[in-house]
Amino acid sequence: MSTVQTSMPAQAAAAGEPSFWSRLSGNRNWAAFWFMLPTAAFLILFLAYPLGLGVWMSFTDERIGRAGAFVGIENYQWLWDDSIFWLSVFNTLFYTLIASAIKFAIGLYLALLLNRHMPFKAIIRSIVLIPFIVPTVLSAIAFWWIYDSQFSIISWSLIKLGLIHSNINFLGDTEWARASVIFANVWRGVPFVAITLLAGLQTVSPSLYEAATLDGATSWQRFRFITYPLLTPIIAVVMTFSVLFTFTDFQLIWALTRGGPVNATHLMATLSYQRGIISGRLGEGAAIATAMIPFLVAAIAISWFGMQRRKWQQGSNND
Amino acid sequence: MSMFNTDRRSLLKGGAAMLAAAATMSSDQLLGYAKAWAQTSQWKPEPGAKINLLRWKRFVEAEDVAFMKIVDAFQKANNVTINVSNESYDDIQPKASVAANTGQGLDMVWGLYSLPFLFPSKCVDVTDVADYLGKKCGGWADSGKAYGMLNGKWIGIPVAATGGLVNYRVAAMEKAGHKEFPKDLAGFADLVKGMNKNGTPAGMALGHASGDANGWLHWALWAHGGKLIDKDNKVVVNSPETAKSLEYVKGLYDNFVPGTASWNDSSNNKAFLAGQLHLTVNGISIYVTAKKENPQIAEDMNHAHLPAGLDGKTRELHLGFPILIFSFSKYPQTCKAFTAFMLEPDQFNPWIEAAQGYLSHFLLDYDKNPVWTADPKTTPYRSVAQTASTPAGEAQMSENAAAAIADFVVVDMYANYCTGREDVKTAMASAERAAKRIFR
Repeated sequence: MSTVQTSMPAQAAAAGEPSFWSRLSGNRNWAAFWFMLPTAAFLILFLAYPLGLGVWMSFTDERIGRAGAFVGIENYQWLWDDSIFWLSVFNTLFYTLIASAIKFAIGLYLALLLNRHMPFKAIIRSIVLIPFIVPTVLSAIAFWWIYDSQFSIISWSLIKLGLIHSNINFLGDTEWARASVIFANVWRGVPFVAITLLAGLQTVSPSLYEAATLDGATSWQRFRFITYPLLTPIIAVVMTFSVLFTFTDFQLIWALTRGGPVNATHLMATLSYQRGIISGRLGEGAAIATAMIPFLVAAIAISWFGMQRRKWQQGSNND
Repeated sequence: MSMFNTDRRSLLKGGAAMLAAAATMSSDQLLGYAKAWAQTSQWKPEPGAKINLLRWKRFVEAEDVAFMKIVDAFQKANNVTINVSNESYDDIQPKASVAANTGQGLDMVWGLYSLPFLFPSKCVDVTDVADYLGKKCGGWADSGKAYGMLNGKWIGIPVAATGGLVNYRVAAMEKAGHKEFPKDLAGFADLVKGMNKNGTPAGMALGHASGDANGWLHWALWAHGGKLIDKDNKVVVNSPETAKSLEYVKGLYDNFVPGTASWNDSSNNKAFLAGQLHLTVNGISIYVTAKKENPQIAEDMNHAHLPAGLDGKTRELHLGFPILIFSFSKYPQTCKAFTAFMLEPDQFNPWIEAAQGYLSHFLLDYDKNPVWTADPKTTPYRSVAQTASTPAGEAQMSENAAAAIADFVVVDMYANYCTGREDVKTAMASAERAAKRIFR
């Protein structure tokens, strides 16, 4: 803060003995504090306060319409041996893991395809974005009809083709229901991954590929030793977001299954809503929501620490 | 004089209502009546009152038209404004809950089930309105009292209920060897089995369908003598009676059309109207729609109460529609006056007629309404209040019982067993634990 030091003597000379106020008003840190205050206030008011309130609520027995009393970890104790809660934890992890992995694989593949030179490149790239643009609830309702136990277009077509004899129980059977919601989530999430990775691909200098080709590298080698290392930072960011979005998914599940059949697709977010808002136990709903935080922090931590490493940043082997 | 002032907006509204008039009293007559009523009413609306009323989104269009006519007449006669907004079944409770929690936004909610019991401290005591209506309209059915009263005080007025009764195709039932709709549990199981054999299956929701699934599964539990809680709110769901009902429901489920575990409240309506489902439990809305769009199905279908339980009594969980006034409303007198006004015979009779059986009354005098006899197929819905029980069963309706319904404790128990996820003992134990969590 050498600048602060230099500006002060000038003022001091003008005012004789510098008052506390004049010293303060000349202090750049003090000014910076005021410049940062609006942002800080915004963040505290809209991010930290609701989060803190939610965590506090999870330690109370608050219900809708009336304030709660502090009950310690009672809500968590009840959750600890609540089979539906643990089922929802399993479902959430399963859903996040599988859906994110598929989204990454398809997204990367699409990005590599779209990165090639082809006719109508711009139009095709915009078409890929469509699932991402459609409001979630709309696409969820479309999927709801596609998966309907009586009127499913898929069942209908397969029956007409003579491949199956009765309707597929898409949302009524545990395994089918899980697969169906994951498919819908993947359909929605792929464009985000694909387009972002495509943006990353475009920053890779073509000269690297030219040099590699001259050295006789195969296309797999070009991907493994040029594309993949240079893409790592983008992959880390994209997958962090993708995991966060999937982990906290709510609309799709709520519109499709309400967590059914027999809670096989209840995610922590939907269970928290059902317990907190629908049945009015705000405290318990908040406890479930709070229980999501460690998982989310872990997901962020992994990518955060990863990004700190030069290997991730620059794709070379020097740590 | 100010009472006769009408602005352009209300004139337009009045015009629309007149065009849409479907019931007996014309708008003008209704307005005149409303003015006379306002003069003698014991509740004097606050001058210039503005009320925000939230109601469930209609299933039968004519019902909504008749309701808006009542609102309109009341507005003009009292020079107040009532803003009516509609929300679907699933969204009404979260909205009401938010209003209750923040203390603003809404004055009245016409909601579902046991809404007032979710936040009883936020509801205005409407005992005076209930007493007035009871005296005037032949008294309240017991189920009406159970739906409206908490500790001797009325916290909401049960306006009506939509009965969850059996909707069945007559030809399919006869083909399955039943001339008449069965009156006992064994006969009903046999019917469902027979219909499945003939390729005309039955189906009832086992998914998270707040109205449909809760309705018939509570009937099944009660019919076998099982209950979630006893009179003193003690959790007693883990019992031999419950086990029997689980086996019974499993027997039905195995003969249902596939997919009922994923059904929501609209699934059975769609399937029935498409001719793929031949028996289900629902309000009268399927029949009302069929009359308009699919007369062959309407011709061939009928309604019946679910069969009596082992003790010979029929106890059903119907979807009650209570109206409540928030304690933070600035216009409680207006809200009370409106509640009383809409349940008066002159308004209520044309209204339930317009609803064509979708709304069943809790005030006994309305048994005489011609809607229940003009078409014999609607007659079973007349006695909905007689068979109705609140979600609490024998116990006093409470916040906890309302929460148990909303958390699908009973529905999940049956679904867990029927889909093979858990055996009888585990299913009951899980439900017991879930219920204890709520009734702690």
